[in-house]
Amino acid sequence: MDAKIVLSLEKVTKKYPGVLALNNISIDFLEGEVHALLGENGAGKSTLIKAVAGAIDVDAGIIKINGQEYHEMTPSLSRSLGIEVIYQEFNLVPTLSCSENIMMGESVGSSIFFNSKLVDAKASEVLKQFAVAIDPKKLVQELSIAEQQIVEIAKAVSKNIKILIMDEPSAPLSVAEVEIMFDIIKQLKQKGVTIIYISHRLEEVFRISDRVSVMRDGCYVTTKNTKDTNRQELIKLMVGRELKESYPGRKNPPGDIALEVKNLTGNGDKNISFVVRKGEILGISGLVGAGRTELAMLLFGAEPIQKGEILLNGQPVIIKSPLDAIKYKIGLLTEDRKGQGLFLEMSIKWNISFPIAGRISKYGIVNTKKEDEIARKYKERINIKTPSLLQQVINLSGGNQQKVVLAKSLAAESDILIFDEPTRGIDVGAKQEIYQLMTDLADNGIAILMISSDMEELLGMSDRIIVLCEGKLAGEVKKDQFEQHYILDLASGTH
Amino acid sequence: MKNQSAFLSRLGSGIGSFTKKNVPLMILIFLMILFSFMSENFLTSRNIITLIRQVSFTGISAVGLMFVMISGGIDLSIGSQIVFTNVLLAIMMVDWKIPPGLAIPLILVVGTGLGTINGFLCIKLKIHPLIITLGTSAIFKGFGYIINRSRNIMGFPDSFRWFGQGYIWGIPVPIIVMVVVALIGSFILTRTYFGRKIFALGGNEEAARLAGVNVNKMKVYLFMICGFISAITAVLLLSRVFAGQTITGQGTEFDCLTAALLGGVSFKGGEGTVFGLITGIIIIGVLNNAMQLASFPDFSQTVVKGSVLLIAVAFDVYQKNRKAKETVAKVAA
Ligand SMILES: Nc1ncnc2c1ncn2[C@@H]1O[C@H](COP(=O)(O)OP(=O)(O)OP(=O)(O)O)[C@@H](O)[C@H]1O
Ligand SMILES: [Mg+2]
Repeated sequence: MDAKIVLSLEKVTKKYPGVLALNNISIDFLEGEVHALLGENGAGKSTLIKAVAGAIDVDAGIIKINGQEYHEMTPSLSRSLGIEVIYQEFNLVPTLSCSENIMMGESVGSSIFFNSKLVDAKASEVLKQFAVAIDPKKLVQELSIAEQQIVEIAKAVSKNIKILIMDEPSAPLSVAEVEIMFDIIKQLKQKGVTIIYISHRLEEVFRISDRVSVMRDGCYVTTKNTKDTNRQELIKLMVGRELKESYPGRKNPPGDIALEVKNLTGNGDKNISFVVRKGEILGISGLVGAGRTELAMLLFGAEPIQKGEILLNGQPVIIKSPLDAIKYKIGLLTEDRKGQGLFLEMSIKWNISFPIAGRISKYGIVNTKKEDEIARKYKERINIKTPSLLQQVINLSGGNQQKVVLAKSLAAESDILIFDEPTRGIDVGAKQEIYQLMTDLADNGIAILMISSDMEELLGMSDRIIVLCEGKLAGEVKKDQFEQHYILDLASGTH
Repeated sequence: MKNQSAFLSRLGSGIGSFTKKNVPLMILIFLMILFSFMSENFLTSRNIITLIRQVSFTGISAVGLMFVMISGGIDLSIGSQIVFTNVLLAIMMVDWKIPPGLAIPLILVVGTGLGTINGFLCIKLKIHPLIITLGTSAIFKGFGYIINRSRNIMGFPDSFRWFGQGYIWGIPVPIIVMVVVALIGSFILTRTYFGRKIFALGGNEEAARLAGVNVNKMKVYLFMICGFISAITAVLLLSRVFAGQTITGQGTEFDCLTAALLGGVSFKGGEGTVFGLITGIIIIGVLNNAMQLASFPDFSQTVVKGSVLLIAVAFDVYQKNRKAKETVAKVAA
């Protein structure tokens, strides 16, 4: 079976100040294969696909497509060759509707005028494949991160493509949507489309990929047939050493009730009641659109509460703004890191210390020494990969940006922490470190609410899980009942 | 040998990146060299002091504008705030016989009040400050004319002369005030929590809100600061001109905005340094001065000023576009 090589990189090199993002990389991609690309945060995966897409200029090397050599790639050239990229961060136009985004760059109908009916009709046809109810007329900025991702995928597959590059497409999706995406990948593959698939979820790599390539620190490590390798081996290739994967054990049992929520209604959620104890990790599960992020925003005072009560340590409290929440020592790690979490133009240090800058100030003057200390501590602890803490966050790789968001919420030293997809886009090694950090926090009496679409993580880390479905509480699952199918049934409302 | 060439190339790229980061300073140095060749009167210490004094009034106001701009806002009513407070201060001292020692603090309060009005309108009407302050600009100026009743108000106590015309160690007071305001402004922006919140607001308002910043309160505070600083300018200008006229201060926001944009304060917010701003101010001063030395007619000066503003805007947009391009490359993170 000598499949044709459709895309190959030869000795591609890309330098950034202080980092060699791609170091003399050569890889071949075959027609009709699903080729997974693995590597730690900052290994150079996104840089590599940006080189293929022509989004960046490389310093050296050749890109060969269908045997034709290209020394300089541009976005329009790569697109005309049938290459479509789903970027790790979103590329949709927030102020246009879904259908306009999906059909962008396509000519629909014959008239030069924009035929919005036809566009909507075509777009909803594309969206239908996903079995997710998204109104094509809705503006993208009104969609959740997961819905945006689905629109992004829909946009890519609606085109006539030869090579589809997906940079962590599953990161914001929950199990059900990932299944749908896999079906689509299979269909594309049958049509002979080559798929380059980047993910930090190794189980996905084993499910859908034919071959897998590993990168480390900008270098190419190796390519394997997926069926000839295993998880342990891949991790070792990525990290460069043995890494034991496990969920850390807990030292202390949960204590008194820290937070109690009674009939909370608002922001699309209805009548939600639950408790979290000190030192407990409460997992929050649900499908895309179930109202998990909405619940987090309500608890944090970022959206108005219509009805219901919040009690902290047994005392009813009124939380009207994030500032109130922070005063009550509630912390939130937002799901949308670029829109809500980060100040992209500012430095890593600035970002990590901003929420506590008030607290480490005397007479309003920030104690920069303390600031340095804190930023450095978290950079080392969760391994933010950067030449300098003064680097602008926008220059970091996706996973490293996520680590900054995480560091920011950890540095705030809250009593109650709400994590919305804390490990989105984070590599295996750093995940272990983060799980340990979260466990330590819980052991020290911090109450943690963890929203996660990563079922394995949710089952491994939580002491208890509540499941939301369509804005309502669908059930509560105790540790001894933890079972993926049961939770999925609750989430999809079929239980 | 190899080491040496590596060192040289590093030095070369170091200088390259310095010039890239300090475009305003390079422009200023270029203009200074150019004009010193064109006129031998240009690079004399007397001329330089005159030049800086001329722009020091604008410079002071520009610091206020910069606070608002870094937070992502804009204040186009600065000139009119000066018109109103300038005339009112003249009336207080001449018509109402309030001594300067009391009138000046009072007028600073009034200026802050004008800023508060801007701020409240912005947060209540939720319309872009560009529009709000364009409206209040007309209103403030109109009230200035109303209370002035077409007079040329004169007869201030002599003690009032010092602020605009006095010297400290041979340096004009307005320049000293500009330096002090700039230093305080710089300190607030770079070292204090309040300064961080200003950048946060301009960088990502939603993230700032979620980090516990009271966005509305901050916006009002910033307009208040801008109003307060404009009133300081009004005091100095009145003392310098020594006559209460509605013409004083008009159009100040134009030069402030040009200076800010030239100095790298972004129109979009989240970016700006006092150093850049002052560089921008001095560029304007140098241009004004050169045009005066070359005795350009007034209307040609207006054309040049307008062109400089547009060039400054184009420069801002160019930098943004370059960044946007990088960002497009970066979105894939
Ligand atoms: N514009 C830039 N300026 C400076 N450094 C950059 C820039 N873009 C990327 N880098 C650096 O290049 C390296 C590779 O980044 P890249 O985004 O390719 O990583 P990645 O493998 O996609 O990681 P992740 O899993 O976190 O998405 C990182 O160290 C990153 O900090
Ligand atoms: Mg990446």
